Amino acid sequence: MNALALLGRYFAASMRSQMQYPASALMLTVGQLASTAIEIVSIWALFDRFGAIKGWELGEVMFFYAFVGVSFAFADFLTRGFDVFGSDFVRTGAFDRLLLRPRSAALQLVGHDFRISRFGRFFQAAIVLAVATQMLHFVWTPQAIALALWTVAGGVALFSALFVLQAVLAFWTVESLEAVNALTYGGVYAGQLPISLYARWLRTFLIFIVPLACVAYFPVLAILGRSDPLGAPDEFLPVAPLAGFIFLGLSLLAWRFGVSKYTSTGS
Amino acid sequence: MPQILVQDLAKTYRVAERAPGMLGAVRGLVRRRWRTVEALKNVSFSLERGELLGFIGPNGAGKSTTIKILSGILRPDSGRVEIEGLVPYADRIKHVARIGVVFGQRTQLWWDLPVIDGFDLLRDIYRVDPQRYKATRDELVAMLRLEKLLDQPVRQLSLGQRMRAEIGAALLHEPSILFLDEPTIGLDAPSKLAVREFVKKLNQEHGVTVLLTTHDMHDIEALAQRVIVIGHGRVLADSPFEALRADVLAERRLFVDFAQDAPALDLPGVEVRNRDGRSLELAFDPRITSAPALIAAITARHAVEDIHVEQPAIEEVIARFYDLHGANEA
Amino acid sequence: MDALRPYAAAFSSRFLLMMQYRAAALAGFFTQCWFGAVHVMVLAAFYLGAPEAAAASPISLSQAVTYTWLAQGLLAVMPWVGDPEIADGVRTGAISYDRLRPVDPYALWYVRAAGWMTARLAPRVALMILAAGIVLPLIGQGQWAWRPPASLSAALLFALSEALAIALACAIIMLINIVVVATLNARGVNILMQPLVIVFTGNLLPLALYPDNLRTFLFVQPFAGTLDIPNRIYFGALAGQMAWVGIGLQLFWITTLVTLGRWWLGRVMARLEVQGG
Repeated sequence: MNALALLGRYFAASMRSQMQYPASALMLTVGQLASTAIEIVSIWALFDRFGAIKGWELGEVMFFYAFVGVSFAFADFLTRGFDVFGSDFVRTGAFDRLLLRPRSAALQLVGHDFRISRFGRFFQAAIVLAVATQMLHFVWTPQAIALALWTVAGGVALFSALFVLQAVLAFWTVESLEAVNALTYGGVYAGQLPISLYARWLRTFLIFIVPLACVAYFPVLAILGRSDPLGAPDEFLPVAPLAGFIFLGLSLLAWRFGVSKYTSTGS
Repeated sequence: MPQILVQDLAKTYRVAERAPGMLGAVRGLVRRRWRTVEALKNVSFSLERGELLGFIGPNGAGKSTTIKILSGILRPDSGRVEIEGLVPYADRIKHVARIGVVFGQRTQLWWDLPVIDGFDLLRDIYRVDPQRYKATRDELVAMLRLEKLLDQPVRQLSLGQRMRAEIGAALLHEPSILFLDEPTIGLDAPSKLAVREFVKKLNQEHGVTVLLTTHDMHDIEALAQRVIVIGHGRVLADSPFEALRADVLAERRLFVDFAQDAPALDLPGVEVRNRDGRSLELAFDPRITSAPALIAAITARHAVEDIHVEQPAIEEVIARFYDLHGANEA
Repeated sequence: MDALRPYAAAFSSRFLLMMQYRAAALAGFFTQCWFGAVHVMVLAAFYLGAPEAAAASPISLSQAVTYTWLAQGLLAVMPWVGDPEIADGVRTGAISYDRLRPVDPYALWYVRAAGWMTARLAPRVALMILAAGIVLPLIGQGQWAWRPPASLSAALLFALSEALAIALACAIIMLINIVVVATLNARGVNILMQPLVIVFTGNLLPLALYPDNLRTFLFVQPFAGTLDIPNRIYFGALAGQMAWVGIGLQLFWITTLVTLGRWWLGRVMARLEVQGG
């Protein structure tokens, strides 16, 4: 059975086990929707008071926000196993169990768990996108749709890579992983807004170090048909999500290194 | 060519040391101090197809390091391991498809899924042919009496039921070698017996090689034809269990119930271990006094109601062995 | 004095235990710096982009910046999850022992929660002051710094109000604890509380920045007393008589929620006794 079909089996098994507690799954989904929706509440309140922000109107900001939300929700859905890797696999020794099976550890971690509740964030972001489409009278041409899918794909790759890197750190320490987790969420938070709002050091960070801007800010500008007020060339904007895949490739190299470190020290 | 060949295995760990107190913790953030632990110094042995080997030793002796290396999840510093022509840690994925592993304290099944769903998932993970899987599964279900458990979520099983399901899960891909790590830990008596009986059958009838680590010496007594004792990272003994017993603790016990109060006995090479009313427990060395001679000597002088000979309990043999080798300090 | 000994012991044992989690405190600190910095930049973008609206805003940019650092520094005393020890006790059944002790369970849990919160607070707030109050001005970023209180009287009133804020947060945490004990499940209530707390305490955004027609409601609801009221006293947006109104509101909510909590916990415990739970 090939890897994709096996993931399908894992997926079905994960759904079945969560559906043993349907009320809990529903509550967690609603909870996730509510706790992610509050950020848009604060953005709305600020626009309500200040009108506009450095040339951005609310609908546009909601576009950036929604794309980060959709990408992050998918990544969180696919890489839950990496997210809990330190606490549920390294600390407990359960990682040995994965290594004792004739499949790659990364594949098994992807298959470990698919949390239904992540759809809470996805729905929330989708609603924001729908409302923003209305506000801007935006027309979804086939070209815009294709670009949107490409943007989300790059975003899923990038956010997945962040969870993989977090898991790689767990090979060295299982303490303070919450901090790394918080940095991931902090990145998401920063990436939701147009980066032209930020100071230079944070922009540099979001473009060149953890290229969140490449999977949200730049391609969404292309979708909206706007030029970058910071002066990035127009031809670059739609290509930017590629950075997400490059980042994922690098993080998987780091993962391999971590696994080989684990099998040579056993801890 | 033996099925499992282990030569001169050595493994050293580095362990981070923590200085105590607030200052130590801060210093630890900057520069860690390391201590090296020699888990394995020199371990060699080989195993033929179809053997059932008991692997024992005190905690920290190097048992689990050895098992980890043999199962392919840990790389030794030096030495050679070959299992059915593969080097486990170099060809991990190929190797683990041929072995089965059961950890007594960890589950490999899915907590919230019915047992049967977990089995099906393992079929796909191990790429077992569906026809073949069905036959193997049905046979395992019958042998381990799992029929009634198949539809229950794993979390609802008792420990004994779960262990039976775990063993079944480890064998669905028909491994030629089975590693059992503490398979009876925490089980009640009937479950322990059921597990031992199954392992024996698997080994004798299906020719599966079994490598068993345990702290329960009754597992060893019931199952293992051969025992390796490991301590301080070395093989301290590698022999049939009876030979080990004869070497370490040759003494026998004689339990006598007298018709009257137990008399004072003074026989050469015999020691009174316990005295309780009309009963006596005597220890003797069979190389000095044979059991029939001793019994004859007692019954000639005293009226005796009951008499029987015992060997020392296996725990005692092992404890004595560890003492002799200083292995308990590990 | 002897009657108070068990409660003092419960507080200090929890406090000392929590002080050991240094790595967690450092981790929390870095997170707070990161979130705080992004918050500040977003606020600055809005304020500087619309000078007229900024002039009309109930709090100035530098006040909003100070508010942000205060909110990050005081994160540990936000009442968004129940006491994990109570949740563990529910799972393991250990809370039945608390019923067997010759002490008032409400008071015991309350002081334990207070020990848990203040121990997490102390190192984080200290590091935050160091970073946002001292280091930022030293590296020439004084405009984005955590400013000192508006005046000496503001400082004193803030100290009083912050103490009440912690007391109020503990009263809210007690209500969460009681729901945990009553429903035997910690996850549900924690998940539902989190967004409420983040919005209504002012942690997400100073309450004064929400639309003006919500202002009165946001001021009198109980969560304001855990963060927004002391913060506004700190930089002088609530001064004189209004400061005392704020403190009065905090006292009102503490009294109300503690009374409610005591009554409710009594009922829940009585029910548990009947069930033998």
